[in-house]
Amino acid sequence: MLTCSDLRKGTKLMIDGEPHVIVQFDFTKPGKGQALYKCKLRNMITGSLFDRTYRSGESFEPAALEERDMQYLYQDETGYVFMDQKNYEQTTLTEEALGDQKYFLIDNMEVSILMFGSRAIGITLPNFVNLRVTMAEPWVKGDTAAGNNKPATVETGYNLQVPSFVEEGTLIQIDTRTGEYVTRVKE
Amino acid sequence: MQGNWALAKKRSRLEQRARIVQTIRSFFIERDFLEVETPHRIPGNAPEAHIDAVPSDGWFLHTSPELCMKRLLAAGYPRLFQLCRCWRAAERGARHLPEFAMLEWYVAHCDYHLLMQQCEALLGALLPEEILTYQGRAIDLGSPWERLTVAEAFDRFGSRSLQQALREDRFDEIISLEIEPRLGIQRPTFLIEYPSELAALARRHPQRPGVAERFELYIAGLEVANAFSELTDPVEQRQRFAVEEALRRKSGKPPYPSPEPFLLELDAMPEAAGIALGLDRLVMLLTDAATIDDVVAFTPELL
Repeated sequence: MLTCSDLRKGTKLMIDGEPHVIVQFDFTKPGKGQALYKCKLRNMITGSLFDRTYRSGESFEPAALEERDMQYLYQDETGYVFMDQKNYEQTTLTEEALGDQKYFLIDNMEVSILMFGSRAIGITLPNFVNLRVTMAEPWVKGDTAAGNNKPATVETGYNLQVPSFVEEGTLIQIDTRTGEYVTRVKE
Repeated sequence: MQGNWALAKKRSRLEQRARIVQTIRSFFIERDFLEVETPHRIPGNAPEAHIDAVPSDGWFLHTSPELCMKRLLAAGYPRLFQLCRCWRAAERGARHLPEFAMLEWYVAHCDYHLLMQQCEALLGALLPEEILTYQGRAIDLGSPWERLTVAEAFDRFGSRSLQQALREDRFDEIISLEIEPRLGIQRPTFLIEYPSELAALARRHPQRPGVAERFELYIAGLEVANAFSELTDPVEQRQRFAVEEALRRKSGKPPYPSPEPFLLELDAMPEAAGIALGLDRLVMLLTDAATIDDVVAFTPELL
C-alpha cells in the first residue's frame, strides 16, 4: 500500500478498480496543522480528470501496471503507433492518453508501454530527450547575463523557456518529467 | 557540460534575497536586538502533534529554534533574533521545503500586539513604497493591517462555523482550502485568537480563556508568520506538552525526551512574545515568485 508521502506528480493509484495517474500535485499544510495533499487525477482508461484532496493517514492501492518495452514507429490518424520488437505486435495510443508526452516522442525511440491487463493505457519515457530548436529569438550580442531566458519551440511543436544563448538549430536536452530545458547538446 | 541552467536562471532572485537578508539584519540590529545562533541539532523539539522532526544520530534537527531562544529570554536577554535553517520531515510543495529558512524574534515584557506592529515596520523597511505587487495583485502594506479573529474568518469565508469545524475535526482543512486563499488580499491580515487547544506554547487570552494569544500573518493568501504571547507558566506548559506528546505517540511518531531544562527555566522567563517568520515565503512575496523553488538556489530535487 502507498501512503500520502508517496503521492507526487506521476504516481499511479487504483481508485474504484481503475488505474489513475496524478497529473498535478500540491502539498499544503498550515504551519501548525495537518497536511493536505491536493491532487488532480486522470483516469487512465477514460481520460477523465478530477480533483481530490487527501489527508495524512490515508492509504492507497498502487496501480498494478505491467510495462512492455516497445519502439515508437509513427503517428497516424488513429494515434501514436508502437511496436514490440520481440514479436512485432503493434499497439496504438491516443493523443489524449499521451498528453504532453507526445512532444517528447522521437522516431524509433524505445519507451515502456503501460499495460492494464491486455490494454495499453500509457507510456513511460526516457528521463531525457534531445530535440532541435526550430524557433527562438536571435541572441542579442552583449546579453551575456547568465540567467536570462526566452521562449523557444522545438521540432515537435513543444514550447519552453531556454537560456538566451540558445539559437535556432541548436540541439537541446529536455527533462521529460518536468518538461524543462537541461543543457545544450554537443554535436 | 555547461553550468547548471536551473541554478543560473535564479540569479536575479538570489541577488534580491541577499539584499532582503541584509535589510532584515539591519532592521533588528538598529532596534537593539541581539542576533544569536542556537544549535540545529537538539535532543528533542517542543512536542507538536502535526510537526515532524528529522532524526539525526539519536537526536533531532530542530523544527524551530524556539526552545533555545526562550531559554535565552529566561536568562535575561530581552530582545533576540535568529536567521537559521529549520527542518520539517516530508513537507514538500509549492510553498514548502523540508529544509527552509526561518526568521525568529522574541521580545521580553510585551505581548503579541507589539509583534504585529513590528511586522508592519519590518515590511515597511523592506518595501518603502508600501505597495506589494504579487502575481498580478497589488497589496497595500500601509499600516495598520487587518486584524481578523479565527471565528470571524470561518463565518466570513468558511463553509461552516469554527465550532462546527472543530467538532468535525476539519479545522485545518477549512483553513487551508477555504480561508487561507482569501486572506491578505487587499492588505495583509493578522488572523488572531486561535482556539487555545491549537496553540501549545501560547498564553490564553486573559478575559477569554477559550482562545490563545496567537496570530498568523497572511499576505496574498500565503501564511508568512506565526506568533504568540508566550506561555510562561511551567505547570500549564508541562500539561500541554504531555497532551501533544501523547497525540504524537498515538500516531506512531518517535518519542521526544521531555525538554526539562526548558521547562525548569521557564519559571524565570519574563512575560514575552515571539514570532517565527518563513523567510523563503517572504522572499517569494518580495520577488513575485510563484513557488518556493524560485527563491532558493537548491531544492532537494536539484541535489
